[in-house]
Amino acid sequence: MAEGRGLTPLQLDALREVGNIGSGNAAVALSTMVDKKVLLSVPRATLVPLVKVSDLVGGAETPVVGIYLHISGEASGSMLLLLEEKSANQLAHLMVSGGEQGELSTVEQSALQETGSILAGSYLNALSQMTALLLRPSVPGFAMDMAGAIIDFILVEISQSEDYVLVIETQFDILEHVIKGHLILFPDLGSLDLILGRLGVSG
Amino acid sequence: MQEETVNIGVAEYYVTHNPHVLASYGLGSCVGIVLYDEKRRIGGMAHVMLPDSTAITRKSSPGKFADTAVKAMVEEMEKLGSRRSDIKAKIAGGACMFTIPGAINPRNVPGPSLGMQIGERNVEATKVALREQRIRLVAEDTGGNYGRTMRFDISNGRVTVSSIKHGRKEL
Repeated sequence: MAEGRGLTPLQLDALREVGNIGSGNAAVALSTMVDKKVLLSVPRATLVPLVKVSDLVGGAETPVVGIYLHISGEASGSMLLLLEEKSANQLAHLMVSGGEQGELSTVEQSALQETGSILAGSYLNALSQMTALLLRPSVPGFAMDMAGAIIDFILVEISQSEDYVLVIETQFDILEHVIKGHLILFPDLGSLDLILGRLGVSG
Repeated sequence: MQEETVNIGVAEYYVTHNPHVLASYGLGSCVGIVLYDEKRRIGGMAHVMLPDSTAITRKSSPGKFADTAVKAMVEEMEKLGSRRSDIKAKIAGGACMFTIPGAINPRNVPGPSLGMQIGERNVEATKVALREQRIRLVAEDTGGNYGRTMRFDISNGRVTVSSIKHGRKEL
């Protein structure tokens, strides 16, 4: 993406639609996993300047949970699910019944990691199907730390090509809880153009 | 009186002789570099994200790279009256936040991706840049797998590093 570039509303809509379909698949998988009704929705897809990503979750020092996947194949990049600490805790306690409030146990951490993996995988599948591109996710990495610290190495990987990243807001509705997260797609050079072209909304 | 805190964002640097507090928040693989001339109370901070400007063709700001940031800060401090021999350095950051077995880097070469080793490379490049500019490194808190915030009070030269996992300490 050249500097100052934006996406048209039509392009963002197309990407949000991919998010919706991916979320549908993820919701089914998560519902089965936790044996509770899980609704997933995608309120918004936006293009955010790289340096503003940590502002999405309240600034560079805000404690967050990050689940990171590297994507390889016909298009490449990184995907990061960011959950604010409170949301991550809620989600973990819902996933692992009988879990105690407070610090995350190892079991809860792996439940979160699995959730991130399912979510990212479902989104990737949807993207893969709609674009007929082969996309392979890596094993997910997991970290709980300051938002800025979690994001900065991904900036390194793509700062040489892109100035903006695609942020797909996700919302989990589990029982009476509403849990908000950000699924962030960092496409490598040329990958976003390729994806948009395959979705039939090239610029 | 509380002095103004100046936020040094990713790829930025700032040099001043005013008694500000400079801060780099949430350093992961990035490295925070503090240069201080105690005699004249002139100081600066950089928040670098990449080791080496020579590997990149695209023009960018000097604050992005370890080599260019150190050089730019030293030159600005000299303009404000500092002497190279009076400047001392402290650095923090350069962590490795995620470990992913079998990750593929952007050049599709099997092995850890660029981001996996970048923290270590940033620290190494910062040390090389400091040596090249003949600046003494007097303290560091680098590596590990956790994020850090670095604060530098120019009025007294104090540098603190804080993290969620290990609290706050003086550097």
